[in-house]
Amino acid sequence: MPGPPVTTSTGMKVRVVTLKINEHDIGARETDSILDVAQANHIRIPSLCFLEGLSTWGACRLCVVEIEGYPRPVSACSTTVSEGMVITTHSDRLKRYRRTILELLFAERNHVCSVCVSNGHCELQDLAAECGMDHVRVPYRNQPYAVDSTHEMYRVDHNRCVLCTRCVRVCDEIEGAHTWDVMGRGIECQVITDMNQPWGDSSSCTSCGKCVQVCPTGALVKKGTAAGEMEKHDEFLPYLAQMRGNR
Amino acid sequence: MGRTIKIDPVSRIEGHAHITLHLDDDGNVEDAKFHLTQFRGFEKFCEGRPFPEMPALTARTCGICPVSHLVASSKACDHLLSVTIPPTGANLRRLMNLAQLMQSHALSFFHLSSADLLLGMDSNPKSRNIFGLLAVDPQLAKDGIRLRQIGQTIIEILGGKKIHPGWMVPGGVSAPITEEKRAEMLAMLPEGLEIAQRTFESFKGLIGKFSEEIEHFGNFPTLYLSLIKPNGGLEHYDGFFRIKDDSGAIVEDMVPLEEYERVIGEAVEPYSYMKFPYYLPAGYPEGIYRVGPLARLNNCDFCGTKLADAALDEFRALQHGRPVSSSFHFHFARLVEIIFALERMKELLDNPHILDTRVRARARGNSDEGIGVAEAPRGTLIHHYKIDDDGLITWANLIIATGHNNLAMNRGIKQAAEHFVDGNNMQEGMLNRVEAVIRCYDPCLSCASHAFGQMPLRIELQDSRGKVLDQLLREVSL
Ligand code: SF4
Ligand code: SF4
Ligand code: FES
Ligand SMILES: [Fe+2]
Repeated sequence: MPGPPVTTSTGMKVRVVTLKINEHDIGARETDSILDVAQANHIRIPSLCFLEGLSTWGACRLCVVEIEGYPRPVSACSTTVSEGMVITTHSDRLKRYRRTILELLFAERNHVCSVCVSNGHCELQDLAAECGMDHVRVPYRNQPYAVDSTHEMYRVDHNRCVLCTRCVRVCDEIEGAHTWDVMGRGIECQVITDMNQPWGDSSSCTSCGKCVQVCPTGALVKKGTAAGEMEKHDEFLPYLAQMRGNR
Repeated sequence: MGRTIKIDPVSRIEGHAHITLHLDDDGNVEDAKFHLTQFRGFEKFCEGRPFPEMPALTARTCGICPVSHLVASSKACDHLLSVTIPPTGANLRRLMNLAQLMQSHALSFFHLSSADLLLGMDSNPKSRNIFGLLAVDPQLAKDGIRLRQIGQTIIEILGGKKIHPGWMVPGGVSAPITEEKRAEMLAMLPEGLEIAQRTFESFKGLIGKFSEEIEHFGNFPTLYLSLIKPNGGLEHYDGFFRIKDDSGAIVEDMVPLEEYERVIGEAVEPYSYMKFPYYLPAGYPEGIYRVGPLARLNNCDFCGTKLADAALDEFRALQHGRPVSSSFHFHFARLVEIIFALERMKELLDNPHILDTRVRARARGNSDEGIGVAEAPRGTLIHHYKIDDDGLITWANLIIATGHNNLAMNRGIKQAAEHFVDGNNMQEGMLNRVEAVIRCYDPCLSCASHAFGQMPLRIELQDSRGKVLDQLLREVSL
C-alpha cells in the first residue's frame, strides 16, 4: 500500500511508494517516472530523447525496462512508478533491444563519426559504446539529406539527426519561439524551421542557440567547427526550466 | 603471336593496381602500362558538406599520408577564410608535416624497398620483405621501425592520434603545445638523426651494386615540379612553384600556388582511373614531369640545414651537378629528406615561439574559392575547393602527389621492362624489377584512386587472346 501523502517543496501533496529496481528496495514519489527514480538512486538507464527540464517525449525507446507482470517492456522515461513494481533495467533481452535500436538509428541516416564535428562529444556515440553496439548489422540507407547552413551562426545537418525532438521542445517550452517542428513520415521525416523555410530566413528564431546545445548529436552545431570540435553544454536547462516554473 | 603479361596487383605499394606488359611475337617488350583499377570519387561525395569538415574528410582518402591531406586541405580552407594564420599555428603545422614526411619516407625505404636493395632483386620473393630483412640485417630493420615510430609519436603528441589526427583545422591548429610535449618531441630527435645518418652511409655503400638498375629504372629526362622557398630553399609547406628541366634550367619560378592551373593540365587515359597531369605550356604528353623527393632536391638551391646540405652535395654529385634523372635515386633523395626533416623539426622546436598560444585565426568563408598546396612525402598535393554563400562545398578537385608521377611511372616501367624482361625466359626477378620501378616512386594509390587494400601478387602471362599461359602467385609482402 502507498504511504500517506507528503507535501513537496512546491506545496504539492504526493504519496510515497516502494518498489524494486534490480533487486534494490527503493522508495519514491508516485508521480515520478521510473527513469527519474533510477537516476535519483544512481541506477543508470540509457536514454536519448529524454532531457531533464523538457517535457517527456518517449520516442527513442532506449530507456526500455521490464516490469514483472507486464506483457512487454515499457519506456522508463514515460512510465510512472507504482507500489510494488519489480523492475529490471539490464536483462539480456533489453540489452539486445537497445543495441538494435541504436543500430537502426545509425543505419537510418549517415553517421560517419570519424569525420563528424561531434565525434568524441556525441550522446549517440556514447550510447553505442555504453550499449556495446560495435557494428551495424543492417545496411546503411545512405539517403542523402541536404545540409542547411543558411543561419548566421548555426547549421543543421539532417544526416546526423535522430529525430529526438529535443530541439523542438526546448525551442517551444523554454525559449518560447517554436521555430522547430517535425514534418513528413518515414525516411522523409525531418525537423524543420518555421514553415519548412531555410533556417537563415526564419522570422521566429531568436538565435539563442538552445537547440544546438541540447541536440544530442552532430545534427545541430555551431558553424565553423571542424571534425570533433563541437561540444554541447546543456547544464543550463534544469535551472532555466525551474525559473520558468516547470511549466 | 603477341602476348601480355599482367602483374596484378603490384605489391609493396599503397593501394591496388596492376601492370601489363605487352610482348611481341619474338618475346620482346612492346609496351608497358600501369593501371589503377579502383575509383572512389572522393571529390564527388564532398559536395554539399560544410567546408570546415574538409580536412578530416579528405584525410580519410588515405591511412598512410592523412597528414598531407590535412595540411593541403587546411590551407585551402585558410584561403576560403581569407586569413593569414598565426605564425605559430603555421609552424606547428610544418612540424606535423615534417614528422609525416619522415615516417612515410621511412616506411617506403625500410619497409617496402630495402628488401630489394639488401637481399637483391632476384632473391626469394617469399622472404623479400621486412621479415626477411629482419633475419639478414636486424639493425637496419629495427632502425626502420624506430624511425617510423618517432615520426608517428610526434604526430600523436601533436594531434592526439597516430593515424587521423583532427588537430589541424581551418585557420591554424586547434590547440597549442605545452613545454612537456615540446621536450618529449625534442628528446627523440637525436636518436632519429643518428639512425638517418647511419642508414644514409650504408645506403651509399650499396648503390654501386645497382648500376644497371640506376641506368634503366625510369632514367630519362623530364621536368621537375616542386614547392620552393622565396629564397630558393627546400620547402614542404608553403612557398611557390618551381619547375626545372632536365638540364637544370629553371622553366617556371615563383609561381604563386593559387595559379597552379596556369602550369598544370590534367589528361585522362582510358586504361587507368588515375589522371595524368602535365606541364600545360609543353602540352600532353611532352609536358611530363616528376614530383616528390627527387624533384624537390633537384629543384631547390639548398636545404637550409647543415647535415642535409652536406648530403645534398653528394646527391648533386650523382649526376655531376645536373638534375638527377634516375628514378632509382628517389631512395637517395628520401634519405636526404629524412635528415632534413629531423634537423628542421629541431629548429622549429628550439624556437621559443613554438609555445605561443595564439595558434588559430577565426573567420567564416569569405572567399568562394580556396586552393591549398603542400608537399606530401610523395610530392606536391593540391586541394582546390569552391563553396556557396553558406559555406557548403559545391566543387572540389584534388591533385594527388602520386598522380603527378603517373606519366613518369608509365614511362619508367616501359624502360625497365624493355631492358630486363625476356618474354622467352621469364624469371620472377625480372618482373620484380618492373615492380621495383613503381616502388621507387612510392606511389600512394589509396590517395590516387582513393582505394584501399592489398592482395597477393598475381603475375599472368597471357597470349594475345587473353588466354592464361602461365601464372605465378606471391604472398602479400606487407
Ligand atoms: S552525430 Fe554522433 S553518432 Fe552520428 S556521426 Fe556524429 S558523432 Fe557519430
Ligand atoms: S536536430 Fe538534434 S535535437 Fe533536433 S531532433 Fe534532430 S537530433 Fe534531436
Ligand atoms: S529516453 Fe525514454 S523513450 Fe527516449
Ligand atoms: Fe596517401
